[in-house]
Amino acid sequence: MSQDGVNKGRRLLLLGATGGMGAVGAGFVAVPYIKSWNPSEKAKAAGAPAKVDVSKLEPGAMLTVEWRGKPVYVVRRTQESLGFLEGLADKLKDPNNTNKAQQPEYADNLPRSRKPEISVLLGVCTHLGCAPKLRPDAKPEPFDADWKGGFFCPCHGSKFDLAGRVYNGSPASDNLLVPPYYYEDDSVIVIGESGENA
Amino acid sequence: MSKLNALMGWVDDRLPVTVTYEKHMSKYYAPKNFNFWYFFGVLSMVMLVNQILSGIWLTMNFTPSSEAAFASVEYIMRDVEYGWLLRYMHSTGASFFFIAVYLHMMRGLLYGSYQKPRELIWIFGMGIYLILMAEAFMGYVLPWGQMSYWGAQVIISLVGAVPYVGEGLQQWVQGDFLISGATLNRFFALHVIALPLVLVALVVLHLLALHEVGSNNPDGVDIKKHKDENGKPLDGVPFHPYYTVHDLIGIVVFLMVFCTVMFFFPEGNGFFLEYANFEPANGLKTPEHIAPVWYFGAYYAILRAVPDKILGIVAMGGAIAVLFVLPWLDRSPVKSIRYKGLASKILIPVFGVVFAILTWLGTQSADGYFLGLVNNTTMARICSVFYFAFFLLMPIYTSKEKTKPVPERVTGGH
Repeated sequence: MSQDGVNKGRRLLLLGATGGMGAVGAGFVAVPYIKSWNPSEKAKAAGAPAKVDVSKLEPGAMLTVEWRGKPVYVVRRTQESLGFLEGLADKLKDPNNTNKAQQPEYADNLPRSRKPEISVLLGVCTHLGCAPKLRPDAKPEPFDADWKGGFFCPCHGSKFDLAGRVYNGSPASDNLLVPPYYYEDDSVIVIGESGENA
Repeated sequence: MSKLNALMGWVDDRLPVTVTYEKHMSKYYAPKNFNFWYFFGVLSMVMLVNQILSGIWLTMNFTPSSEAAFASVEYIMRDVEYGWLLRYMHSTGASFFFIAVYLHMMRGLLYGSYQKPRELIWIFGMGIYLILMAEAFMGYVLPWGQMSYWGAQVIISLVGAVPYVGEGLQQWVQGDFLISGATLNRFFALHVIALPLVLVALVVLHLLALHEVGSNNPDGVDIKKHKDENGKPLDGVPFHPYYTVHDLIGIVVFLMVFCTVMFFFPEGNGFFLEYANFEPANGLKTPEHIAPVWYFGAYYAILRAVPDKILGIVAMGGAIAVLFVLPWLDRSPVKSIRYKGLASKILIPVFGVVFAILTWLGTQSADGYFLGLVNNTTMARICSVFYFAFFLLMPIYTSKEKTKPVPERVTGGH
């Protein structure tokens, strides 16, 4: 085809304008396709707080509570295991809770809890989301000969102490998350809200 | 007969049927010295057809919702006539698809089938492999068993590890704050429609690119250099009927092995269908031992070998990404391992073994012992280092090693 007398500048402008408009249009069309993947209103509404009564929880035992479809671990720690927390610092990645996002202000202490003996932790490994197993007893374990009690993730071998603090050498880099919670009375914990005196 | 010819002529004037048939079948000249390794391309195609057919039939009775998915698979297994067979054709078929694909890729590595001018064939092939992995992963989520759920949990958490936007991105992929029915439903849509369409398109591109430049062979010599007076390669034979009939033997043998496993060991001793997946998904309880299906084992072992979340994911992604650039890592003047130097002759088979070991380690628990000798994690670290060294040092050893002269014509063949 003859290219004589073609205004190349105008042709380029028209091509650019048409292509540009087309790209913008495609961008708008993409919005519903992408947005429809977000959590729906129904999913958003399913996030109410969960309540748990800890009065019958034995020392060293754990209750698993479902909150937003995820497991929350409530453990009553023994005095012996609380005593180990201080001495573990050398073996941990973040013994002093420097990552403030992993616990509310009222749990930014050594046992990472409101009351020292009751630990409330989100049972979701900070590595890739598995549910770590409670191994509460201080005794040699296949994964650690000098085990002082804590959580062991079966998926990739991350180790946490009984305050949910992650051990060195674990694939997980953060401590287990302490969800917001408060004591409604002496024995009932509300998980999902920090309460009034937060 | 002449009426048939006339009809063919009528069609050919409107659609290039005869021309296309000749280009890709009866006048496509393939090297005459193909060996055993050359069966696995066509076997991959056979398994693709098997997956598509059995998959379509499974959708007829499968219910993609978190409440009903598990029960509908059991319904297929117990109540639908021959449902168990269709299900095993699909689930055991997936493993055999990967067996064929891995051996097909190993063939490429052995004979330099990715080298110039076949870089695009390799890249399309890698695209197929990537989509196939996504397809297999999403398919495994659909029965909504324990391993479906927790496997999905681990893999989708990889997305959540992206700095800053990770959490939002993870919720976007899940369609919820956790893995739920919304996730299952979209995985079903992707698994049965979106990804298969892309997969088939890539297979077409893979074959078009192959037929444009012609097939490589175990000697890595170009058969187009020596042609007869009619312009036909002297060392080539028409794909049809020579290789169609030849491949039929391979297909029959492969399907015999496939059927034996499918009928007598459909779960592959827990490697094809994991036992934890016969329990319905429970978001509050992780199974004791989470392992991927065997075909993801190597990458999973690499992920696990790195004691850091982000770096582990980078290593796993890198292990796949490095395969894409293989055509530019190999600087050898010869294609086939037969004429490459000592380094390649040793390293390529060792790589095959290392990949197999990584695959094995990925299915085992991290605190076990490999052959009762070395800690699994230590072994995975050693193998991971070799995996990357094999590729990243390839430009050096392939250009330095002393190669043998390549013959003018192919050797062997009939």
